[in-house]
Amino acid sequence: MNFTKPSRRDTLRMMGLAGAAGVLAPNLLVSPALANPPSTPTGQIVVGVSQEPTVFNPLMPRIEVDDGVQLSLFDALVRISPDGEFVPALASEVPTIDNGGLSEDGLTWTFKLRDDVKWHDGEPFTAEDVKFTLELIVDPNFQSWRTTGHSLIRDIEVVSPTEIKWRMEEPFAPYMSILVETMMVPKHILGPLEDRNTAPFNQAPVGTGAFKWGSRKAGDNLELVANEEYFGEGPYIERLIYKYIPDLTVLYTQFKSGDIDIISNQYISPDNYAEAKALTGKVVEVVPSSTVESVFLNMEKPQFQDPAVREAIYSAIDKQTIIDALYYGLPTPAESYLPQQSFYYNPDLPKHAFDIEKANTLLDDAGWVPGDDGVRAKDGVRLSFSNSTTSGNHLREQTQQFMQQTLGQIGIEMTIENLPPAVMWGEYWSMSKFDSVIVGIVFTTGADADVTVRFSSDAIPAQGGRGSNTGQYKNTQVDKLLQEAGQIFDQQKRKDIYREVQEIVRGDLPLLPLFQYATVRGHKEGIKGIEPNINTRIDTWNASQYYWDK
Amino acid sequence: MAGFLLRRLGQSIALLIIVSMIGFGILHLTPGGPLSQYALTPGMTQETMDRIAEQMGLNRPLPIQYLDWAWRLLQGDWGVSYRDQQPVLSVIGRHMFATFLLMASSTVIAIAVGTWIGIKGATHRYSLFDYTATVGAMVALSIPTFWFGLVGIYIFSLELGWLPAGNMYTIGDGSVLDYLHHLILPSLVLALVNIAIWSRYMRTATLDVINQDFVKTARAKGVSERRILMKHVVGNALLPMITLAGMQLPNLLSGALITETVFTWPGMGRLFLDSLGYNDYPVVMGLLMFSAILVLLGNLIADLVAAAIDPRIRLA
Repeated sequence: MNFTKPSRRDTLRMMGLAGAAGVLAPNLLVSPALANPPSTPTGQIVVGVSQEPTVFNPLMPRIEVDDGVQLSLFDALVRISPDGEFVPALASEVPTIDNGGLSEDGLTWTFKLRDDVKWHDGEPFTAEDVKFTLELIVDPNFQSWRTTGHSLIRDIEVVSPTEIKWRMEEPFAPYMSILVETMMVPKHILGPLEDRNTAPFNQAPVGTGAFKWGSRKAGDNLELVANEEYFGEGPYIERLIYKYIPDLTVLYTQFKSGDIDIISNQYISPDNYAEAKALTGKVVEVVPSSTVESVFLNMEKPQFQDPAVREAIYSAIDKQTIIDALYYGLPTPAESYLPQQSFYYNPDLPKHAFDIEKANTLLDDAGWVPGDDGVRAKDGVRLSFSNSTTSGNHLREQTQQFMQQTLGQIGIEMTIENLPPAVMWGEYWSMSKFDSVIVGIVFTTGADADVTVRFSSDAIPAQGGRGSNTGQYKNTQVDKLLQEAGQIFDQQKRKDIYREVQEIVRGDLPLLPLFQYATVRGHKEGIKGIEPNINTRIDTWNASQYYWDK
Repeated sequence: MAGFLLRRLGQSIALLIIVSMIGFGILHLTPGGPLSQYALTPGMTQETMDRIAEQMGLNRPLPIQYLDWAWRLLQGDWGVSYRDQQPVLSVIGRHMFATFLLMASSTVIAIAVGTWIGIKGATHRYSLFDYTATVGAMVALSIPTFWFGLVGIYIFSLELGWLPAGNMYTIGDGSVLDYLHHLILPSLVLALVNIAIWSRYMRTATLDVINQDFVKTARAKGVSERRILMKHVVGNALLPMITLAGMQLPNLLSGALITETVFTWPGMGRLFLDSLGYNDYPVVMGLLMFSAILVLLGNLIADLVAAAIDPRIRLA
């Protein structure tokens, strides 16, 4: 911690130490002592992204870069700090059992709202907008991207323009994390419309956020302008521009040439890290991401029924060499599906070791005998399976070849069947048509460790389930624990349960965790206010704080 | 003539329908769909994906989806892009402008420079200039465009800092001069290959003409070399080149994918790639229909013009 110039995170920590974090107004989270943002918005910042933001209705399905834009245009009731603390945004305080916002049984939620918030068109933001938003999400005619949690809401009551309460059908602790990702939309604009899926609003959104919609040149760039009426701190720049540069090499070149000020998603590729570090006038840093790379196994395939096989495969993957040789040592080895920075992370999981001998012994003991072709078999099942990933991802393709070699040494045949993204992530993935897949997944919901949709046995789409448990993992103990943790609000207890879930999953190995990604981010010297937040999907989550220090 | 026209129109429409059916079928039968990009979104469930697919009408039988699409198209509704949520025609229109700008400027450069090199090469056959031009053309044709693009960016943007490293304009500027500044490098890179092609054709065409009798006659009459070149040779040599220039037109639709990618130029090539990668059915179908219509129309006009010019072509 640097006391001469404390970062926002340090400030937060200090306030936490003082036990005062809860009573401070949110805008004090930005320490005024931190250099000097301009008094009126000044200048512009160009953010380069390799995927094009195209979804601007924040309740519709979206990808990371859409998040980045939406977080500047809209606000949720609560926000999440880099430390994983809930911070009020449109709400005036975060409801807890202690402050009475949450009932003891977790069923009644009451939100007090700020009274000084205006939509970009000047209309006041009120509890009616919150009610409208929560109802729109579960409207069967609306293309909302997630109804988890929202579908439990009953009896929404607007107590006053600044207070709203509702009842939950059953207690659901992860809901606060879901609310963090639920941006409020204006009732006075969307309410009167018949079809909200194709509303003009979706291409010219009106929010409450630090930036207002400017203009968009499809296929090229998107311009947001400062909302000088913003209720929070900032914004400090006049214009925030997202520039779409699909090719990663070109994205990096334009970062070098200075055409873009911040290199955002997908950031700087690992092979350019060494060079990027040495660039003058640029700040380049490695930031952990919550994406965990793993080999997903289809647990219904006969090859993967025997736990010994899964453990043998895991032992025969030379994780460290993959990380060092292919990813330039940037990612950190993982044993859990949770990022190491997570509050719920279990640091005591068994450590993976690359051990061909152990793998061979495991398979020998389990009765898998090498056939004439050198491939082991047992009861008519050959230890041969395919592995897929999106074609064109060179690092993953090299990982596959590397795995293929070491698995060959233990009598397992792995074939490579790569597919283009649109095919890969279609039914092939969702309906579990693969043998095994290399994939990077964010398992958390915001900061919450609830993984019911990924691991519970009623979440398997291929078996009629409704989640995204595409590895078809089933464990009744995990089901029970996930259900339990979802219904209690005591964070310490939840942490214990989620640690146990991680332990069981690590033992069962339905997925072979490889590593937790780290991204190489970069921006021009002189831009202040940039702060990583592992609890959000994108680096530009707090663009309202950006400014030029010249 | 009217009968011919009607018959050709009928054939064209039948062809269009067949093309659209095949295109629609292949596109929709490809595994995956426009929602697959959300498969890895945290918290995304199959239930949500199924619900949205139903709302978008993606789970209806294929023939129904086709008829729905075709019926709308007949009414002038090209649909709305899944990826962009904007009308297909406006999406295509915007990208077409970018491609047109790039294509037009590079074609002008290629024709001007290529013609000059070709004529000079032909009139000074086997000179140092001619050999240099020949070797240069071979090099330009053999080296891929992206390499030229990257080298150009490295030299002129990163090292010298004279030209921007890409993009169509400076965000926040967008004046005509700014557009021109951004056009220089990509259109030169794109023109390079065309200069090579163009100069070779031009050289051959000029050589064909230069030995013709009417040129000799002109020379015998004492017409100055310069006048012979300008008045008799170039005019005649350019004739076959017009066909060549016409062949550049379809490129407008496919765009110059590589150049557009290297220079982040928001043109048709990138639109096509983005839309395919996303399975943005309405846009891909729109592009397909658009190009099919253009090709058919082009052929039709060519036939009519040929018939009008040359009475030997019987239309009956």
